[in-house]
Amino acid sequence: MWAMAMKEFRQMRRDRRTLAMMILLPVLLLVVFGYAASFDVDRVRTVVVGPRAEQVAAALPERLEVVRVAPGEGRAAAVEALRDAEAAVALVTGDGGQPQVLVDGADLFSARAVVTELRGRPGLPEPEVLFNPGLETSAIMVPGLMGVVLVFVGTIATALGVVRERQSGTLEQLAVMPFRPRDVLGGKLLPYLGVAVVDLAVIVTVGVLLFDVPFNGPPLVFALGALLFLFVTAGIGVLISTVSETQGQAIQLAIMTMLPQILLSGLIFPLQAMAPGVRWIGYLLPLTWFIQLARGVMVRGAPFEALLLPLTVLAVQGAVVFSASIARFRRDLAPSGRGHGADEAGAEQDEAAPTRAGTR
Amino acid sequence: MSDQTWGCRRLGVRYGATVALEEVTFAVAPGTVAAVVGGDGAGKTSLLRALAGTVRPAAGTVRRPAERRLGYVSAGPGVWTDLTVDENLRFSGGAYGLDPGELERRVGGLLERTGLAGARDRLAGQLSGGMRQKLALAMAVAHEPDLLVLDEPTTGVDPVSRAELWRLLAASAAGGAAVVVATTYLDEAERAATVLVLDRGRSLLSGTPEEVVAATPGLVVEGTERPAGLPSWRRGARWRAWSPDGSTPPATGPVTLDLEDAVIVAQLREDRRWAA
Repeated sequence: MWAMAMKEFRQMRRDRRTLAMMILLPVLLLVVFGYAASFDVDRVRTVVVGPRAEQVAAALPERLEVVRVAPGEGRAAAVEALRDAEAAVALVTGDGGQPQVLVDGADLFSARAVVTELRGRPGLPEPEVLFNPGLETSAIMVPGLMGVVLVFVGTIATALGVVRERQSGTLEQLAVMPFRPRDVLGGKLLPYLGVAVVDLAVIVTVGVLLFDVPFNGPPLVFALGALLFLFVTAGIGVLISTVSETQGQAIQLAIMTMLPQILLSGLIFPLQAMAPGVRWIGYLLPLTWFIQLARGVMVRGAPFEALLLPLTVLAVQGAVVFSASIARFRRDLAPSGRGHGADEAGAEQDEAAPTRAGTR
Repeated sequence: MSDQTWGCRRLGVRYGATVALEEVTFAVAPGTVAAVVGGDGAGKTSLLRALAGTVRPAAGTVRRPAERRLGYVSAGPGVWTDLTVDENLRFSGGAYGLDPGELERRVGGLLERTGLAGARDRLAGQLSGGMRQKLALAMAVAHEPDLLVLDEPTTGVDPVSRAELWRLLAASAAGGAAVVVATTYLDEAERAATVLVLDRGRSLLSGTPEEVVAATPGLVVEGTERPAGLPSWRRGARWRAWSPDGSTPPATGPVTLDLEDAVIVAQLREDRRWAA
């Protein structure tokens, strides 16, 4: 048994990634569950509009963090502020009497906290929940789960598809064929993107028909966001594939990129409930922005202008990750720097920089 | 290197700090087969990869045709195991830009010549080693390349399939292609027009098989017992030994050298040089 244990220990010591995962995963889980795993929202962003906005804002409970007071605006502006995710609560004051309390039902945990806080409070009426009046969990979870599916298809399937070529030795064969690296990459990704689109359509249909998830916004904006998000996830998949020799290694790395996204993106735990440091990690993750976009379009019916921030972040992330992945892939696929697709009869070369190709 | 040949001049290849090839010059003319031989780690694969363009030289020059005119079979399977024989051939031909009519004609011809016609709908992963190598070779020649580079296509293949593979690559050379084949089998290398022997990343011997054999100094002798005091090796049931000064030890007799003897002697001399 001792010999077996020694052999296993030696193998484990050389398998740095598994070792890193064994050590890092508990640390990650500790951080997540220590600082992020909370459903309790202490501060809820609030706008107050109408003639008595200043007066009402001054008297609000501490949980309602006033981000804007606009005495000159009315109910329409308040609804717009909620739809554009500027705030989760809006109070609309009149010349007298009780103000109207509007709550963004798409921000589920904030909405529940506010409804509980304000219900029965003297001077305030029953809150009016917009976008998701029944405060249904499925209306919030299904758009988020779409993102998770796209992460699965984009990252894992792409990484495995490319690593399979490397592991089976056919990546070297592709390297000598008259393909440009972007043709190989594009050709490899296209079927996976097709499957992802079908997946997305099925989930949207099932979500809408079976779970009564609303789809209030423009489908084209949603499609654009999904496409940008797919580029980010597929780019991550390609990056993973360029540093993985085997499919097992690729899956390991893919899980290590997916786990933080699932836990810190606001899919399960609300971002507002997380400690600021952990929340900022969440803001770096593409799934965070896709979820904001998906919930914005589907539940709130937000227009294109209101979703510019998540769309821009996804576009920037997509450009950065995809450029990096193409550069890494090019290094693997065309180390000689030949003129791919050139028709010249002979190519005399005198090259100086070493590099690697495929497997060795 | 003339304008008509492909190859490399004073080629160096490095992987990080490891020197895989140093100062290797090699040429292969159209219509001929050149064999690259050497033991494990000699640098055969690095040379072929540099010729195919999948590894960047650290020094020297490489002369190769444009990639549409190059065919390559790597040391790996070289085929997509989850595609059928037919799909593999069509993918490869399509990648090299063959039009559908030409592709159809060449796929049909290659399936016949390789004896794979009966297996055209079988997954490449379900083929025997020899059949898989024939498929890889067929894929590499489907576009009728000017330079065909093959990395140990016959290693681990049964003798009948080896002979068939050599028939196919000789046919490519007869069709005008320059063929470079790495092999560990010296009986195969003897069929080539020229041979390059690599050892520890350097060129040990080169020329026609006859020139390589003729360049061997001293004498190779053979006997039933292992001769004392001479570097020796087994050939079948008998012992052969290299006598540097040309003397014949007792109970031995001189033999006619072949390429295998010449390569062994060259490597023995190189070992002595390194030991010194």
